[in-house]
Amino acid sequence: MTKPKVATTSLAGCFGCHMSILDIDDRILKLVELIDFNKSPVTDIKKFSERCLVGLVEGGCCNEENVHVLQDFRKNCDVLISVGDCAIMGGIPAMRNGISLKECFQEAYQDGVTVYNPSGKIPSDKELPLLLDKVYPCSAIVKMDYHMPGCPPSADTIWETLVALLTNKPLDLPYELIKYD
Amino acid sequence: MNENLEAVIREICQKYANDSARMMDIVRDVQASMGGVSKVAMKAIAAAVGVAQVEVESVVSFYAHLSSESKGKVVIRLCNDFIDRMFGANRVAETFEKEFGIKFGETTDDGLVSLEYTPCIGMCDQPPAALINDRIVTWLSTDMASRIAKAIKEEGNIDKLNLPNGDGNNSHPLVNSMVHNNLREKGDMIFANFVPGAALKNAIAETPVECIKNVKASRLRGRGGAGFPTGMKWEFTRGADGDEKYVLCNADEGEPGTFKDRVILTEAPELMFEGMTVAGYAIGAQSGVVYLRGEYQYLTDFLNDVLQKRRDAGLLGKNILGKEGFNFDIRIQMGAGAYICGEETALISSCEGLRGDPKNRPPFPAQKGYLGKPTSVNNVETFCAVAKIMEKGAPWFAQKGSTGSAGLKLFSVSGDCKKPGVYELPFGTTVKELLQKVGAEDAIAVQVGGACGITVAPNDFDKEICYDHLATGGSVMVFGPGRDLLELAHSFMEFFEEESCGYCTPCRVGNTLLKRRLEYIIEGKGTPEDLIYMETLGNTIKHTSRCGLGQTSANPVLTTLQNFRSLYESKVKPSVDGLQPSFSLDKAVGLSEEIVGRKSIHHHD
Amino acid sequence: MSDKIKFTIDDVEIEAEAGQTILQAADAAGVYIPRLCANKNLTPHGSCRVCTVKVNGRSQAACTQPVAPGINVESESEEIKAYRKSLVEMLFVEGNHYCMFCEKSGNCELQAVAYRLGIDAPKHEYLFPSRDVDASHPEIFIDRNRCILCGRCVRASKELDGKNVFQFVGRGIHKKVAVNSDAKLSDTELAGVDMAVSSCPVGAILRKRVGFAIPVGQRLYDAKPIGSDIEASRTDK
Repeated sequence: MTKPKVATTSLAGCFGCHMSILDIDDRILKLVELIDFNKSPVTDIKKFSERCLVGLVEGGCCNEENVHVLQDFRKNCDVLISVGDCAIMGGIPAMRNGISLKECFQEAYQDGVTVYNPSGKIPSDKELPLLLDKVYPCSAIVKMDYHMPGCPPSADTIWETLVALLTNKPLDLPYELIKYD
Repeated sequence: MNENLEAVIREICQKYANDSARMMDIVRDVQASMGGVSKVAMKAIAAAVGVAQVEVESVVSFYAHLSSESKGKVVIRLCNDFIDRMFGANRVAETFEKEFGIKFGETTDDGLVSLEYTPCIGMCDQPPAALINDRIVTWLSTDMASRIAKAIKEEGNIDKLNLPNGDGNNSHPLVNSMVHNNLREKGDMIFANFVPGAALKNAIAETPVECIKNVKASRLRGRGGAGFPTGMKWEFTRGADGDEKYVLCNADEGEPGTFKDRVILTEAPELMFEGMTVAGYAIGAQSGVVYLRGEYQYLTDFLNDVLQKRRDAGLLGKNILGKEGFNFDIRIQMGAGAYICGEETALISSCEGLRGDPKNRPPFPAQKGYLGKPTSVNNVETFCAVAKIMEKGAPWFAQKGSTGSAGLKLFSVSGDCKKPGVYELPFGTTVKELLQKVGAEDAIAVQVGGACGITVAPNDFDKEICYDHLATGGSVMVFGPGRDLLELAHSFMEFFEEESCGYCTPCRVGNTLLKRRLEYIIEGKGTPEDLIYMETLGNTIKHTSRCGLGQTSANPVLTTLQNFRSLYESKVKPSVDGLQPSFSLDKAVGLSEEIVGRKSIHHHD
Repeated sequence: MSDKIKFTIDDVEIEAEAGQTILQAADAAGVYIPRLCANKNLTPHGSCRVCTVKVNGRSQAACTQPVAPGINVESESEEIKAYRKSLVEMLFVEGNHYCMFCEKSGNCELQAVAYRLGIDAPKHEYLFPSRDVDASHPEIFIDRNRCILCGRCVRASKELDGKNVFQFVGRGIHKKVAVNSDAKLSDTELAGVDMAVSSCPVGAILRKRVGFAIPVGQRLYDAKPIGSDIEASRTDK
């Protein structure tokens, strides 16, 4: 019997939601009985090698690489879940959305008080993915099936949600488990 | 400088007895004298009338014609509603921009001219039209726009252009306007002969209660569109506690495509004032206020003159027509560019010198209205109908029109038709009959009731225009072959987004969201799910908004979705691979490419 | 007995005093109707529309609609719940609500109502407006990113503090709360103890140097949903 596959990624996030996944502690042993991880920082698999049942996406999209990864996830996963507030609404990175991109660059590479950049150039190496005009929630770029709020969502929330999804049971989270912070 | 400013403001405030309820007049006068209402001016006004500075700011920031920044000596407000754009408003706009070297929304460096767009100014039958300060110019061509621009640049005004005056009282020395009446069909009601005093004489021969009984027997319903029985409204107002009561006339004709009140105000103001006076007698009010939309400022001198003549003739003032104790007078309150003020409680707020926010109901205006006193607010046309009912009798009126909708109604017809203008026809006229009259048999859609009304498809052209089927305050806009109805819906959504007072969540936020989703669809970036989203959102706005504006603001989308669904269906396509078509990576990295100075190398699309 | 008014909310019979609003009567009977702009110490405002109910089939705001004998009020139907969710979601996308670092989180009524309505994420598009922060006042700051335009500060300043510090300016989606000065909050007569400050349901008007005073887990809405206090007094159980 083959186990369902799960992929995870962190886009414009802080890996805090991935930490929260690991926070399920010893239940991770139960989890690997239920699933196999495919593309994920957990396995360090860089490219999808199989179609996945679930994709867990942390972070919103702040650059073109984020967009490509997210679109890749959408193509390779049956069910896509926004994990955490950044995936849902952009989170802390989206605080730049009220400021023009030009000002962001100027502050980061030219005018900021801690900047040392004698050339005054804005980095443009082609290895660097270009920033988007603003930080986008995942749902603005691809269709997301479920949303797991929190910063990060608690380990219990992640555990309960995954188990319900994998065992095809309705999810009924207790009040304390749905939080936006 | 500041001392001078304060002196001017003190004088203006004194003119209105330092009464904060006259804030609209005060800020309008300050703006007229200083080109804007600056923070310093706000502070001075606040001190003079005894309110907080932020209250003055609140009012100034609400109305489109008021501004905290100084505007140009000449402000050109070009109407950019859908009808005006159909007839070339965009080309006229380009001409003005080229002539003055500025964009719309800007003021020339020398402070001479500001260019602004404005929603419907009540000239849809003579488009494109614009307001040049208080003066209206109609049937604008690019050529005329150039001439206007040159005159302004040379003379600072357009007086020397000698623009020809319009027909009827538009040529009256106190009006002196190039506006045309386009009065295409007169019934035997509003534009029939009327001897001032004829209605009042009959009214005062009866008791006020009998008067109201007559209005009820006539089955007259409000002509503004909502259709509340007028007699009942008066009865409530008369029955409410208090000696001080008010009659308010809603002349804030702002529904896109409506201009019939403008023609009444020009050709039959006596009838309207007489109807108001009858109302004063019937409900026991001593004062009336006509709330006139800012766009019709050009009519004020004329209307005030008519009021003075009525005072001189004993038809206004103390002991009217010799009736002991029957005292009633009328003043005109100018608006300043806010569609919402056509909503009766918002109109009251504005008359009280406040932002034009609607009020919570209950209490209803009949119980607690203007200045907290029992108030009846009726439409211009309703007062005219009342006067005719008093003159000719309730049965005469009641037998006209259709079962649920008695009487004749004025229709303002505009758009793709041979004879745009005002028609006085019985309620119950079908869309088809109207289209024949106006010369528009090839119409592909008719907008009945203005932006908040219904976009009617040809298979419904047999429906009757009346309160029970297709309700309208008068606006009928006709669209011929080739017109894009999704663009029409979009222009109405832009209108509602702009005109929402912002008080309640669904209207303030919902309309912005609805408009944006519609834009995606028009751009070909919509999915079938978006149609369901718009329907759900539209219904939420409809069922949770606080006032009539909000409750009808989703209609442009909801009624086109209902009657022209195939137009939407041909635009949307299912998303491929679960991608959101509204997102474009090209667009999203465009700014970055510009700043960093290289193209994206990951581009797939 | 005779001046009591009887009506029903979701088929439960409620007794009310004449002159009460539906919301007041429901509160007294231990029936919670979600709300944001309403506050029991302030004049009803009717702006957030979250307390929308159907009265004899017609939509009304429970906070402004008076009770009447025999009315049939529908509050927890699927239709009404969907409206409420949509409205609260509108408030989230209209502003910039970063719960993760907001001092009000856990004590925020917007957040708490969203929890109670079971909102996982707004279904509307985020608008990401540019809004400003005014930290000029020594004790208080305004972060307009978090403002939901409920008008509680406007009313509290007038009705409870006897001042006139706040008022709305602009209209439509550009409407915002302004302060009674040329520009800055520090130039107004606002004091740290003013009810206008404590009445803010979200983190838009906050006292400085308070920060995250209450540990996570012990905050107002950490363990129990908003409205639990009202429901605790329910009489018909």
